[in-house]
Amino acid sequence: MARENHKEPLFHIVKRMNISEGAKVGIRVLSIVIGLLIAAIFVISLSSESHNFFGFFGSMVSGVFSTPRKLWRFLLEAALLLGVSIALVPAFKMRFWNLGGNGQILMGCLGTCMVMFYLGGKLPDPVLWILMFIAAVLFAGVWAVIPAIFKSFFRTNESLFTLMLNYIASILVGYFIAFWYTNGTGAMDPLTDGRLPTLGSSPFGKYFLPIVLFVFVTVAIYLYLRYSKHGYELSVVGESENTARYIGLNVKVVTIRTVALSGALCGLVGFILSGGINYMMSTTMDGNMGFTGIMVAWLSQFSPIIMVFISLFIAFVTNGMAQVNEDFGFTDENLSAVIRGIIFFLLIASEFFVSYKIIWREDAQKVVDKIAFPFVWIGKKLNPVFEKIGSFFKGISLKARKGGK
Amino acid sequence: MHQLELRNIRKTFGNVVANNNVNLTLEKGEILSLLGENGCGKTTLMNMIAGIYYPDSGSILISGEEVTIKSPIDAFKHGIGMIHQHFKLVDVFTATENIILGYKEQGKFNLKKSAERIKEIADKYGFIIDPKKKIYDMSVSEKQTVEIVKVLYRGADILILDEPTAVLTPQETKKLFNVLRKMKEDGKSIIIITHKLNEVMEISDRVAVLRKGEYIGSVNAKETTESELTEMMVGKKIELNIDRSEPKNAEPRLIVSGLSTIKDDGLPGVQNVNFVANSGEILGIAGIAGSGQKELLEAIAGLTKIKDGKIEYINPENEETVNLCLKNPRQIRDLGVRLAFVPEDRLGMGLVGNMDLVDNVMLRSYEKGRSIILDRKTPGALTNQIVSELEVVTDSVHTPVRRLSGGNVQKVLVGREIASVPKVLMAAYPVRGLDINSSYLIYNLLNKEKESGSAVIFVGEDLDVLLALSDRLLVLNGGRISGIVDARTTTKEEVGLLMTKTVAHEEE
Repeated sequence: MARENHKEPLFHIVKRMNISEGAKVGIRVLSIVIGLLIAAIFVISLSSESHNFFGFFGSMVSGVFSTPRKLWRFLLEAALLLGVSIALVPAFKMRFWNLGGNGQILMGCLGTCMVMFYLGGKLPDPVLWILMFIAAVLFAGVWAVIPAIFKSFFRTNESLFTLMLNYIASILVGYFIAFWYTNGTGAMDPLTDGRLPTLGSSPFGKYFLPIVLFVFVTVAIYLYLRYSKHGYELSVVGESENTARYIGLNVKVVTIRTVALSGALCGLVGFILSGGINYMMSTTMDGNMGFTGIMVAWLSQFSPIIMVFISLFIAFVTNGMAQVNEDFGFTDENLSAVIRGIIFFLLIASEFFVSYKIIWREDAQKVVDKIAFPFVWIGKKLNPVFEKIGSFFKGISLKARKGGK
Repeated sequence: MHQLELRNIRKTFGNVVANNNVNLTLEKGEILSLLGENGCGKTTLMNMIAGIYYPDSGSILISGEEVTIKSPIDAFKHGIGMIHQHFKLVDVFTATENIILGYKEQGKFNLKKSAERIKEIADKYGFIIDPKKKIYDMSVSEKQTVEIVKVLYRGADILILDEPTAVLTPQETKKLFNVLRKMKEDGKSIIIITHKLNEVMEISDRVAVLRKGEYIGSVNAKETTESELTEMMVGKKIELNIDRSEPKNAEPRLIVSGLSTIKDDGLPGVQNVNFVANSGEILGIAGIAGSGQKELLEAIAGLTKIKDGKIEYINPENEETVNLCLKNPRQIRDLGVRLAFVPEDRLGMGLVGNMDLVDNVMLRSYEKGRSIILDRKTPGALTNQIVSELEVVTDSVHTPVRRLSGGNVQKVLVGREIASVPKVLMAAYPVRGLDINSSYLIYNLLNKEKESGSAVIFVGEDLDVLLALSDRLLVLNGGRISGIVDARTTTKEEVGLLMTKTVAHEEE
């Protein structure tokens, strides 16, 4: 055949139709492994001290599990991240791109601290807790509702609007700190009244409430989305505004209601951060979780169960990298951010390979086969395990779906 | 030697085999009709010739030589040009600017010279084209002319037209066919994708039939009949008759008077529309695409801004009259108005593609009752009923609707609307994109509704079907009614004239 003269393209990209659950898990695991390997090579090649390759992984694990304090911090961070991610889900399902998680958390902190600062000592603690909770939820809810109202009535873009409000929230917090503490340090002293209850007298007792609370919130939101009329309505609005109008839904009401819920839940995270963990606020107390939460929500495809695992993974990488930074003698915080970025990037990129397949030209296929051989071999060996994990996840989600019908 | 030859072409999308083992030839100076049901792979096949897709296997030969077509530019190099069903023109550019866009000519960029060449081409084949006219000022038929000239301007010898007559009136279709005949005399080879059998018989020399992605065969147009072609397309003999019963106990159900609407962009929608829809009758609505069909139905359904006029519904139970203006769909329903609406945009308005069948069936009824919890049991049972009665092909009632084929999607939508036992049933283009069997199933459902006493309003695009199914036919033209005729006695030509005549605008 005269094929040589008419070269077909080197590769083309094809959508996968029926990918097995095992392969899905396999691709994601592979991407995490590659991400960690790149991170390890990166760290070791940059470190001035000599370290062996496995030291990197040892550091990561010890950063999370070596002491009870580290373990509790890890669980707390995962819980907080889970709280933010689940807060964003109702808005995202409605295709309302709430990029204002950071600001809404900070407004929650501000509301909490205001009650603690002005009313602390004047009212009994349980009353304070209720007021703190209301203030946090209200402040954050309003902060989210503002862009929702503008979107509903003036068709403004909610992504930009919510994003910009982050900066205003941060400056507001800074303003109040400066207003309360005129010593010029810009830092706030921990408040003593209105601290949320802790479990027992152990120093880790304060981590218990947030973990329980956000697990509870996660379950509640899952049920809300799946089985309530509100949840159904917001998915209709998100999928197609025209359909929503066609069935006579008031899109404005649904939008504002849902975004208020999303903001209020972010405020809840602020409430815990200020009232239960730090007893103060700062302009960076959100820890960028409003953004990280977006990634968690997307990677889990809005499934709360997967969200738990991804939150744990991200908290693991974050805390592990902090340890690596210390052990390998890096003084710059940014390095760990770079490496976190590499790992997350690969994790996100794996979604492409879950949905699409690359078909190489025949001659190129041979080369690719040779390079990919070890991965394919390992993948085949591990496939039964992956299948099991995959069908486990699928089982949970299907059971949940059938249960309602 | 064949002008174009396809050998064993195969194309898959994931697990879906769009084309398999297709062999096709096209001679010089020939008009070939490519016939097949919706979704049988006609457009996919043509897209491979035009460089939009690349075949998985098989070869394409032009004048006996094997070629590789990786992009539309490659296709043009080989003299292949495709006129797509959805025009690909820049609205704010003139005809000339659109025609030369992206085409690298020898010499200096010279709009005037290009315009002259366009004129030449137009005169040669009998096109009517104004090179300086902007696309947004053009009618659908003018836009199509620009697309065809664009292809000719680039020196195409093989022209592929994807459903060119779907958007044209009978008169415009005639003009187009005359042009095509002239091109054929000039030695151009033309492939027309279509599923209108009478047109196939009229224009083509040869007919090639595809079924489910496979090449079935080709016949000379002169030596075949419509029923033979249908059999080739569907794979079995089917009756293509629509039964039309005489309306029984027709009485006014919906009275629309002086209705004017405003579109979302502030432009007028329909203007001063007056008509009555009777129970036990199918009122057909004809018109060129975008003549106000959508606006009219959406106004009745409570989805459009109404500027003026009245929409009165006469409740058959108590003879009370309800005005539907300025009410949203839910308010209309709460008034006891039994109005069902099958919108044109099935997955964008009537259904939610990502939701499963049950969730879609309960779209119109989920809010019943005071509980904040959804009841999925009742709609679940209804879904099973719809699936079994209308023979919806689906893995389960929990499959997302978007995974169903076009015909099955429509069955779910129509099934849901009919399940509400409507007194008025409006359907916009209910058979668009459906295969022949599903289309006839929908026609039968509409007829059944009519016989059970509903007022059926049916917006269609195929005039033959409109004339065969409707009792009366309302013709829209530029947002106004240009005539309401008896569908039993009128002719296609008369309706065609009503669709295009300009009388409506003279009133202004």
